[in-house]
Amino acid sequence: MLSPEREPASPISSRNSSFDWSKVVLNVALPFAGVAAALVLGAVMLLLLGANPLAAFSAIISGAFGSTFGLTQTLVKATPLLLVGAGICIAFRANVINIGGEGQIIVGALAATWFPLSFASAPGWLLLPSTLIVGFLAGSIWGFIPGILKARLHVNEILSTIMMNAIAQQFMNFLLQGPLMDPAGVAQGTFLAQSAQLPHQVWLPRLVPRTLLHAGAIVAVVMAVLVYFFLWRTTIGYDIRAVGLNPEAARYSGIRVPRYQALSLTLAGGFAGLAGAIEVMGVQHRLMDGLTSGYGFTGIVAALLGGLHPLGLIPASVLFGALLVGADKMQRAVQVPSSLVMALLGLIVLFVSSASIWSRRWSARRKIAEQRDRKEVES
Amino acid sequence: MKGLISLDVISGIIHTMIGLATPFLYAAIGETFAQSSGVVNLGVDGIMLLSAFAAFYVSLVSGSLALGLLAAAVVGLLMGLLMSLVSVTLKAEQGVSGIGLYMFGLGMSSLLFKVLIGTVKTIDGFKPLPIPFLSDIPVVGKMLFRTNILVYCAFLLVPLAWWVLNKTTLGLKIKAVGQAPAAADSLGISVNGIRYLSVCIGSVLAGIAGASLSISLLNLFQDNLTAGQGFIAVALVYFGGWSPVGVLGGALLFSIVNSFQLWMQVLGAKIPSNIAVMLPYLLTIVALTISVNRARQPAALNKPFERGES
Repeated sequence: MLSPEREPASPISSRNSSFDWSKVVLNVALPFAGVAAALVLGAVMLLLLGANPLAAFSAIISGAFGSTFGLTQTLVKATPLLLVGAGICIAFRANVINIGGEGQIIVGALAATWFPLSFASAPGWLLLPSTLIVGFLAGSIWGFIPGILKARLHVNEILSTIMMNAIAQQFMNFLLQGPLMDPAGVAQGTFLAQSAQLPHQVWLPRLVPRTLLHAGAIVAVVMAVLVYFFLWRTTIGYDIRAVGLNPEAARYSGIRVPRYQALSLTLAGGFAGLAGAIEVMGVQHRLMDGLTSGYGFTGIVAALLGGLHPLGLIPASVLFGALLVGADKMQRAVQVPSSLVMALLGLIVLFVSSASIWSRRWSARRKIAEQRDRKEVES
Repeated sequence: MKGLISLDVISGIIHTMIGLATPFLYAAIGETFAQSSGVVNLGVDGIMLLSAFAAFYVSLVSGSLALGLLAAAVVGLLMGLLMSLVSVTLKAEQGVSGIGLYMFGLGMSSLLFKVLIGTVKTIDGFKPLPIPFLSDIPVVGKMLFRTNILVYCAFLLVPLAWWVLNKTTLGLKIKAVGQAPAAADSLGISVNGIRYLSVCIGSVLAGIAGASLSISLLNLFQDNLTAGQGFIAVALVYFGGWSPVGVLGGALLFSIVNSFQLWMQVLGAKIPSNIAVMLPYLLTIVALTISVNRARQPAALNKPFERGES
């Protein structure tokens, strides 16, 4: 009963054999009802703050979709969300809650800054892909630590990943004010907390001239599709989902639960690290503070809204990319701080996680109905 | 480094520790109530942030610290009701919904701060209230008995919470609901009612923890004022083995490390401040690693109750 693919075909129920459309509708409708409810509450908050909600929301929409630049910025912001979210899908599917996206992005970006600066003379065909890999590896180390602590010592991964975020943030501040600080800034006496510019051969190519949209967006989509195949078409992916659905049953069927918990957190860290590397190589071309922009948290919301499915995550990432871009426009247009977005994201998480009670009740009712059908056929 | 050995510095470190322990004590003892009833409230940090703002803003506008403290408690209560609704009635995954509550508190406090105040201001927080006679004891009096009312109450909360949890009917009901909800239910205890109450007690205390930062310890508000202290408080509950006395030990340990770190910087030790600030977070991970005493963990922790299941 762990996965639809391995369930024996039911001889009686026609509902099982065809594609389950009602389930898809439910999985799409409930999250969007959650988003709608959060937006309504957001409108109330805007009214209380003395701003016109319609003006604010239209500023968000026109900011995100109203111009070529806005549209490409939406995709630029969707890129890290998609990568972080793909990792979150793997972890949450194993019932491992990774809140460490922020820290994993930071160490991925740190590694992807340090590595090409140290090997600046290497040719681009070698340096660019290896920088991406180094970013992935650094992030996966940052995921592996809480992963192995959970697997071996039952350390609560939510708390340990949050602590890893704070440690990574301080570590980055330390490096940016010391060893990694831009030598040019030191020479000019500005002492800005940022790194030197990366060598040109690791800059990700721009997809649309005069915008920031870069090839990392394509990498992110490819990765999301790969994660889909990994989770639903490989044995390891199957085991990861089995661990998440029912760890006891997975243990009885011989799956090493701790190993897959550690693995899923390591992979989640890797994808967030890759997001950090791509952010540095594609957008700023140097490391500076504020690089994560809350992607680690927004990626969780995108993954939840995408039904923890890498393909559902693609539209969800674009939606939240648009929200982030639009919020900047809103801040300028109606003077409402973009922190409103963080509050709305929190409400969306609360609504979406509460809404799952309806889908659980619904599937429980269906199961009872199916059993009744089966008994009637047998008798 | 010579200065470190002096009596003044040592008593200074301990005096700072007592202050720093205050928010941890309120938040972690509150969380002990919630977790004893079987609910993990991971939104503590968000509650602290929004309450810290409420306390600061109300005190600033009204000029009354008592009203500010009340505002913090009310905000804590409202967020506790929201958390209970989501995680008890609607049975949401508690880890995820707690993070939602945290994000809401983080975003909302920053939004209101930018709209209503704008720049970092300071206020006159609670004044030190020397206890007669005790504060006149040499050295010890200066260390322990010259702080403010919120700090004293935080330490008095430890025996009070111990007494409520272990010696009263309510405490036994809370623990019954956390250990064996089905059995408690069959005895006519309202599982969800007790859980609502416990989460709300915890959230009001988290609200006071926030106030103790903004109108007693730091006397200011800024974005992300807590810097994750609410999450450390949750970790302290695991570290303290779900007992108020254990939580006290953990809170003092954390605070003395933090106080030591601050004093080292004041005295000009050659440690980069970023590395020193990492210490409490590293210590949290270490503390979670060594607190393997799971025997005392409430059996129904993190499990919503559904009548007729299990």
